[in-house]
Amino acid sequence: MASTTTTVDAAEVERFARMADEWWDAEGKFAPLHRLNPARIGFIRDRVAGHWGRDPLKPRPLAALRLLDIGCGGGLVSEPMRRLGADVVGIDASEKNVAVARLHAERQGLAIDYRADTAEGLRAAGETFDVVLALEVVEHVARPELFLECCADLVKPGGVLILSTLNRTAKAFALGIVAAEYVLGWLPRGTHDWRRFLKPSELARPLRAAGLSVEALAGLVYSPVTGRWRTDPDDLDVNYLLVAAKPA
Amino acid sequence: MSGEQTAQDETKAAHMADVAIVGAGLIGASLAAALGSAGLGVVLIDRLPVSAQLAATFDGRTTAVARSSRQALEAIGVWGRIAAHAAPILDIRISDARLDPSGGPAPTSRLHLHFDHREAQRRGGPAAPMGHIVENRHLRAALFEALETLPAVKIFAPAEAVEAVRDEGGVRIRLADGRIIRAALLVSAEGRGGRLHEEAGIRIRRTGYGQTAIVVTAEHALPHLGVAQEKFLPTGPFAILPMTDDPLSGAHRSSIVWTERDDLVPALLRLPDSDFQAEFARRFGEHLGAVKAIGPRFSYPLSVQTAERLAALRLALVGDAAHGIHPIAGQGWNLGLRDAAALAEVLVDSHRLGLDIGHASVLAQYERWRRVDSLSMIAVTDGLNRLFSNDLAPVRLVRDLGLAAVNRMPPLRRFFIQHAMGLLGDLPRLLRGEPL
Repeated sequence: MASTTTTVDAAEVERFARMADEWWDAEGKFAPLHRLNPARIGFIRDRVAGHWGRDPLKPRPLAALRLLDIGCGGGLVSEPMRRLGADVVGIDASEKNVAVARLHAERQGLAIDYRADTAEGLRAAGETFDVVLALEVVEHVARPELFLECCADLVKPGGVLILSTLNRTAKAFALGIVAAEYVLGWLPRGTHDWRRFLKPSELARPLRAAGLSVEALAGLVYSPVTGRWRTDPDDLDVNYLLVAAKPA
Repeated sequence: MSGEQTAQDETKAAHMADVAIVGAGLIGASLAAALGSAGLGVVLIDRLPVSAQLAATFDGRTTAVARSSRQALEAIGVWGRIAAHAAPILDIRISDARLDPSGGPAPTSRLHLHFDHREAQRRGGPAAPMGHIVENRHLRAALFEALETLPAVKIFAPAEAVEAVRDEGGVRIRLADGRIIRAALLVSAEGRGGRLHEEAGIRIRRTGYGQTAIVVTAEHALPHLGVAQEKFLPTGPFAILPMTDDPLSGAHRSSIVWTERDDLVPALLRLPDSDFQAEFARRFGEHLGAVKAIGPRFSYPLSVQTAERLAALRLALVGDAAHGIHPIAGQGWNLGLRDAAALAEVLVDSHRLGLDIGHASVLAQYERWRRVDSLSMIAVTDGLNRLFSNDLAPVRLVRDLGLAAVNRMPPLRRFFIQHAMGLLGDLPRLLRGEPL
């Protein structure tokens, strides 16, 4: 295995590829992502619009921004980003995911450039983006530090990088793995390996080394009462988002 | 390739919208106004031309607009067009009454329940009316005027949707004249007679009450002073709702919802005027002086119906299509408006996130939000009617004592008032008077 040239873990890719057909079933295996989506997309929209001084509630607040969605899966984030006006490139290491995403976008009448590629591949090709998203990806890659460095390089000067992952805390183990995979059955068992979760400091360090500054951290918190997720700037214990900017 | 080509040609010819609403009644039009004012593309389809819905003979009913509903109408720019035709409800009196067998006016039970709008006010705030009584024809006219100012809303009426195909990719509606409409979401605001829910396999549970509401307008010698009355007669409730004075004659008016057993209604409607007036006055009572029923006699059979689900693939139900309730507490339209406000909020928020507004994950938010509210309202109004449409002596005693007890407990009474005004629960932004 050429583990030095890629950050992709083959076993992880295969596991998600098996689930690819179910990406868009709101009550299927990806139901948790569909429920999580409004909160995290709202956060991304507001941060990105704010970064460029735009009103996030106006139509197409991300117009003309070149956006990369790393680990796009079936396109759950790429499609909303396109509707918000961004020029979207979605990449996934799984050919099957890309095929599913491409088919779905076509049916929705959305022009999205989906590619079976990796962050390293795009960096090698010299591509850069105003906005780079890597949501729920870094905890699945084989070499997180290399991956983060790669993400940073893909951001244009003056652009932003937004990451989301799970924190390596006892609470994240209890909620993110025991509750989500074993008690509630939201995720297939084995979806996550707690040892691969990253603390915010572990995300920030390689990004700072690559010249980015951390602009914001926010937790994603689920309320069992309303059945909805919301962002909470003070609770980073389980799921959280990080925003980093590259100087112009 | 030819198939793709055909699909492309059709897309070019089709009218594209975010939401297609079937049924341009009070709730469908309100939803269209809410969505359109937030910039979503809306197609509103109705079998009847708009002019027919605005005719004086189309709908003789009035609507009790709860305070929260008024706030929503303000937020979507409709209330200003109605305000002059809206009579404030300042006081609600609920009483248990029997008919005098000798034909005299109904004696009212001494024990009664009394709600004053000043009790519902928040500390320090002004005492706003509990609600307003508005004639449906004014409400319809105001809604259509507001829709005309919204470029995002296109009205297809008269038009018949002969086919509605819903799939993962979207909704395709074919009108009888061959025009095609494509949308991300189809909304049934068809009222009780709809069929879109059937095509989606959503079952409706229906219960008849064996009762029919006779709706007439009363003119009376004395002003009503903003008092709404609900008299529980053994055959069903008799509601006296304060209207604005007649704009031409200046006569004092109230809108009457007179509920009777189904089998008695045809005969009542056929009575010669003098006999009808005598039956009417007997129930109305003498408290407002000489009284007379004027204008046409409308009648509406009463039933409660509930859809087992509020959403299916790219389809959402609102208003009576989702849940027709007993009109006993005047909450049917208000409940429907809460559907429209909640659906509008979920759709507008999702649209602003770039989500597919017809996707099941979006509709699930609407369904979760509305289920609890509509079920509790159905249970309350259904229970009230069953309790009061009964002339057994022990039941009568219990409910008289019950009414008197509620009347003596201000916190409980405040709860009832606020419930009737639609101020309780997890309110959509529009009902709190906030913009979408």
